[in-house]
Amino acid sequence: MTGPLGIPALAVDGLEVRHGAVTAVRGLSLQVRRGEIVGLIGPNGAGKSSTLHAIMGAVRPAGGDVRVDGISVVGRRPEDVARRGVALVPEGRRIFAELTVEENLLLGLAGRRRREGVAEDTRRVFDLFPVVEEARRRKAGTLSGGQQQQLAIARALVADPEVLLLDEPSLGLAPRVVDLVFEALGAIRDRGLAILLVEQRAQRTVAFADRSHVLSQGQLRLTLGPESAGDTDALVSAYLA
Amino acid sequence: MTVAVLGINWQTLADAVGLGAIYALMAVGIGLVFGVLRLVNFAYGQLVMAGAYALAFASERGWPVSVGIPLCFGVVLLLSLLMDRVVFRPLRGQSPAVMLVATFAVAFLLQSIALLWFGPLGKIAASLATLNQPVTISGVDIRKIAIVATVLAAFCLLVLVLLLERTRVGLHMRAAAMDFRTAELLGVRAGRVIGAAVLISGLLAAVVAVMLTVQTPLVTPDFALRDTILVLAGVVLGGMNRLVSATLGGFAIGFASGLLGGALPTNQSQYLPTFLFAAVILVLVIRPGGLFTREGQQAVERV
Repeated sequence: MTGPLGIPALAVDGLEVRHGAVTAVRGLSLQVRRGEIVGLIGPNGAGKSSTLHAIMGAVRPAGGDVRVDGISVVGRRPEDVARRGVALVPEGRRIFAELTVEENLLLGLAGRRRREGVAEDTRRVFDLFPVVEEARRRKAGTLSGGQQQQLAIARALVADPEVLLLDEPSLGLAPRVVDLVFEALGAIRDRGLAILLVEQRAQRTVAFADRSHVLSQGQLRLTLGPESAGDTDALVSAYLA
Repeated sequence: MTVAVLGINWQTLADAVGLGAIYALMAVGIGLVFGVLRLVNFAYGQLVMAGAYALAFASERGWPVSVGIPLCFGVVLLLSLLMDRVVFRPLRGQSPAVMLVATFAVAFLLQSIALLWFGPLGKIAASLATLNQPVTISGVDIRKIAIVATVLAAFCLLVLVLLLERTRVGLHMRAAAMDFRTAELLGVRAGRVIGAAVLISGLLAAVVAVMLTVQTPLVTPDFALRDTILVLAGVVLGGMNRLVSATLGGFAIGFASGLLGGALPTNQSQYLPTFLFAAVILVLVIRPGGLFTREGQQAVERV
């Protein structure tokens, strides 16, 4: 599924990110269309999180372009990128522990582009994550890790984004909860969102995503489709590149 | 009618509560801006001073209170917004030390301007002097200002709590104080949140200016300077990281200050700050995180 004129929801073009003297991302290009999950995998320090931060505008790229619906967002502040329909589920969830679950969701609304449809969108998110609805009035800090991860995704979804970025959503979760999260991501994709999924679980991501890019030392080494999930050799050599 | 201990009477107690209430407002003003900017605004007292000069300016021209007070609010708010634009925002994200030194500079700059414009002798803000007169409540004489200050502070704090707990911008402010980076990633408008904090902080400074000129009608360039230092000590004492604990700290130091001021013989009142700061140091040695913070809570949140 593509948008008007076939423009991808998210397009990254020759992205360069530097942290001081260290180059974290070198010339990365990728595209995510609506209804598509693109995986971004690779060893620690490969530049996966840096890529997401550069897309959100949390770090300013040293070069290249990031386009949302064909419009460049480079140089925009994170709050503006969020309001263009890009939602991030940050690494470590970043839940506001002292606020209630409901207040966390209300904060997610800050990034909404349109005012209408809040009730419907919230309903759909609750249907996806019933645990979040049940815990509505509780302090978010009292939730288990798995529940907090679901809240983090729910918080991103109530913003009704077009592009969903996830930074290692399965980190530290029990296998059962990981299944739940991946299942939910599949349902979200089927609604027509463009999903960029950064993950440590390489094989699972390759099998799950429509295609997966392997990033190592800031460079794109390999692109795999779900059919190559068993191709461990290719994966290992790309990781070690 | 006297409370037996230390010769403190009900009047002193009421005055102490009044001073505590004013200091609590100052603590909130400082704490709100600290929450969203991680900046200790040392120049907060000079905002109060500017407001006091506005009141004195109006008073010396014989203008009525209905002109003087709006003028005070206007001057303080304008100066707050200016401070925000010229100093706070450009320095946002710098190290706390840089920001603290910058606000020191602003404090001294404003004090020097006051000295140049109005001279060292001071001006009199006398429009509200009648509030110093006592009312008699069941046989006890209590100065009106003590009652007005307490009621007004309680009202301001109630409105603030409602704003923080019940409105969207309030929620955004609370979130920004906890984790600004994540709040921004969610689409919370940083400028709006900081603007709101600075605005409310300025409003409170104006209220404090009105209250303090009743207590001390002589407005000099160092007006409210001592109060600010005490409040800052109180805020650290209470726990900088939470608005509630900072406010309680402000109240505590104001209350203690008022009580000691009443209890000490007049010829020893210059030792008052010594006692207070000794107490602050003692508390901080025992509870470095602050008096009113929960056990195990970190003194300063990760930025």
